[in-house]
Amino acid sequence: MSANEISSWIIGIIVLLGAVLSLISAFGIIRLPDIYTRSHAATKASTLSVMCILTGAFLFFSIVEGLYSARILLGIVFVFITAPVGGHLISRAAYHSGVSLWDASVQDELNGKKQKQPSSSARESNNG
Amino acid sequence: MSFQLLINLIMAIIWMFMNDAWTFSSFISGYVIGLGIVYLLRGFFPDRFYFIGVYAILKLILIFLKELILSAIEVVGQILQPTLKITPGIFAMDIDLEKKWEVTVLSCLITLTPGTLVVDVSPDNKTLFIHAMHLPDIEKAKKDIRESFEKAIQEVSRT
Repeated sequence: MSANEISSWIIGIIVLLGAVLSLISAFGIIRLPDIYTRSHAATKASTLSVMCILTGAFLFFSIVEGLYSARILLGIVFVFITAPVGGHLISRAAYHSGVSLWDASVQDELNGKKQKQPSSSARESNNG
Repeated sequence: MSFQLLINLIMAIIWMFMNDAWTFSSFISGYVIGLGIVYLLRGFFPDRFYFIGVYAILKLILIFLKELILSAIEVVGQILQPTLKITPGIFAMDIDLEKKWEVTVLSCLITLTPGTLVVDVSPDNKTLFIHAMHLPDIEKAKKDIRESFEKAIQEVSRT
């Protein structure tokens, strides 16, 4: 097998792995019981899947076509930085608008803290 | 750290001027020589030798990648089980970081760790509220991992 053929096999495996991971994270969003556990599935598995697919695309264009695309690398970095922040913000917004946890959840230490401090929206309405 | 880096870059440019060779390889050789000079003069700078910080940042990126892969494997394992055996919950964790970017990096790392997600940060940046996917058997091990994260971040910001 030539080097080109071997590298295209590896690229195929990487891209397939990314696609399977993204399918599994979609299953996770359907199966898991509440928004917090769902955002576990949505942030982790899908971040890795998008990164796998982008890495595969970068390797394909650089090895097979001889075209180095810096935009794909930038895309990997941006996804890597923004995906956890997005998951955090969505779950935080859900918590502060009163979405309850799943019934089987064991403990909730944020609950007591939230009553003591006024929420940011309450403060804004007081000022305005 | 950035001051030493700037000095090192200027040394590389001066090296290029002295050789009158405007190539990337001459920049690299000038940079390496400048790195040696900055290392010899490290006693004159208020901070530590800056390459230690660069090394710490590289280590942090490697930890980031490793944790992302491990967490994806664990989440996939929990999703694909025939019956869900998870016991989620939110726990509070005190952290010992001062600057805001450190808190941000730590919560990004925790969000990408297996089975944990930062739900809220307390207003004084001293406590993180973390939603864990499987609480009872994992919380202790998670604490250990997070101690190492915190240590790696403190390693970057130490002067």
